[in-house]
Amino acid sequence: MSKRMIYLDNNATTPCDPRVVEAMLPYFYEHPGNAASRSHPFGWVAEEAVDYAREQVASLIQVEPKEIIFTSGATESDNLALKGVYEMYKRKGNHIITVRTEHKAVLDSCDHLEKQGAEITYLNVQHDGRIDLAELEAAIKPSTILVSVMWANNETGVIQPMKEIGDICAKHGVLLFSDATQAVGKIPVDPKATGVHIMAFTAHKMYGPKGVGALYVSRKNPRVKVTAQMDGGGHERGMRSGTLNVPGIVGFGKAAELARKEMAQDAERLSKLRDRLQEGLMALEETVINGNVDHRMPHVTNISFKHVEGEGLMMTFNQTIALSSGSACTSASLEPSYVLVSMGLGDDLAHSSLRLSLGRFSTDQDVDEAISLISAGVNHMRELSPIWEMYKEGVDLSKIEWSEH
Amino acid sequence: MAYSDKVLEHFKNPRNVGTLDKSKKNVGTGLVGAPECGDVMRLQIEVDEASGIITDAKFKTFGCGSAIASSSLATEWIIGKKVEEAAAIDNMEIVEELALPPVKIHCSVLAEDAIKGAIRDYRIKNGLPVEEEEKAH
Repeated sequence: MSKRMIYLDNNATTPCDPRVVEAMLPYFYEHPGNAASRSHPFGWVAEEAVDYAREQVASLIQVEPKEIIFTSGATESDNLALKGVYEMYKRKGNHIITVRTEHKAVLDSCDHLEKQGAEITYLNVQHDGRIDLAELEAAIKPSTILVSVMWANNETGVIQPMKEIGDICAKHGVLLFSDATQAVGKIPVDPKATGVHIMAFTAHKMYGPKGVGALYVSRKNPRVKVTAQMDGGGHERGMRSGTLNVPGIVGFGKAAELARKEMAQDAERLSKLRDRLQEGLMALEETVINGNVDHRMPHVTNISFKHVEGEGLMMTFNQTIALSSGSACTSASLEPSYVLVSMGLGDDLAHSSLRLSLGRFSTDQDVDEAISLISAGVNHMRELSPIWEMYKEGVDLSKIEWSEH
Repeated sequence: MAYSDKVLEHFKNPRNVGTLDKSKKNVGTGLVGAPECGDVMRLQIEVDEASGIITDAKFKTFGCGSAIASSSLATEWIIGKKVEEAAAIDNMEIVEELALPPVKIHCSVLAEDAIKGAIRDYRIKNGLPVEEEEKAH
């Protein structure tokens, strides 16, 4: 990339903090040991590094180091949590409750379990993206073994009422799993105080490296066990075999330490920057913010620009700005974002949406340039848009007989 | 996904964007697609009634880069053609010209449908026989 890019896709992945990279480097060549090699100093050094990282990661979410299981990332952690809990507890019941706006790693794992005999209830979300607590409680039955609710949504940044959900699960004696990939390292996340028993998260959404994630599994009140999904050498207390990714884990640890120290100031700065970005874009006509703005990640906003298609809009600035759209015009079905559609947005509004996610390295200049380039793009695309023209002429778009294809 | 240079070129410099006066008898309008599907194309033709030649064409498209490029190319191709010649344009010609990947073929189909829709509207307005659809998509 020769020219400066503006990176507003931090929910997809964050850059690895240079301080994290620095911490990792010795573990490629100087300290190459396998953390499971108990018989020589190479192994001891690696094990020590992993132990330290485990403490750093555990301390970020205020749990015991032994409650952290390292994995290859949040997708693996989600799979291990759902499939592992189901296999371990299916004799107690086969019912799992989850939410329609969960990440595909959760939804597809639930699909898989349904074929194995699990019964899955998918909760709807309200227009603001949050679940209805009464609907959750009503869905719990004697055969319910697990509730799975993501902490913060990847597309909208909407934060679920986790404490209230935790209280409901505790009241009914049901395990609570949360995919907290988007939340950990960005906002305070304390699973024990919240009543979350199992929690998935990953390094690369918090300025750590890709390819390493974690699953928190409560060891006390209640002691939770998950059936391993990867058989082998019995690493990670038998729950996840496989040679530990020592440099990755060291990086994860460093990223967690930095997050613990800098989260508050990052969040404060980014929420101001996000608000400025959002205000700048909301100055355009016919724009709407998607999702609850009071319970939302500090660095995220999701905006629909009516009568403009997201993918085309992105093409106007994607040589300079990187972000995501809720319009996936790449499949035969042309499915728009299922997250936005689940919130009750029309498919047209979902197709018109952009997700903007800031990060530790975003600057004021990034935001100002983004406002001006995106606004120009929206105006350009509206000039090209027949439905914008009809809207401007006062045509009722809902009365037109569109030729669906 | 990377777009072809031709798609990018049309996207950056779309030809014949605009609106023709649909109250004129010799203007035909085709409106295809749906906002819910993520693309809507409106293509208009103005026909010289004596010669049957399309003297002008305009489009507006709500959609991705390939949809915009397909409609831009379609207008470029049909100007100067006889109505029957324009009606014979096949979506696969657009696919080839723009090097559209399989997931974007629907954009070319939409452009073909928009041309046919505009011609149909022109013929109906002028009491001309409307030809049967050549093929169903």
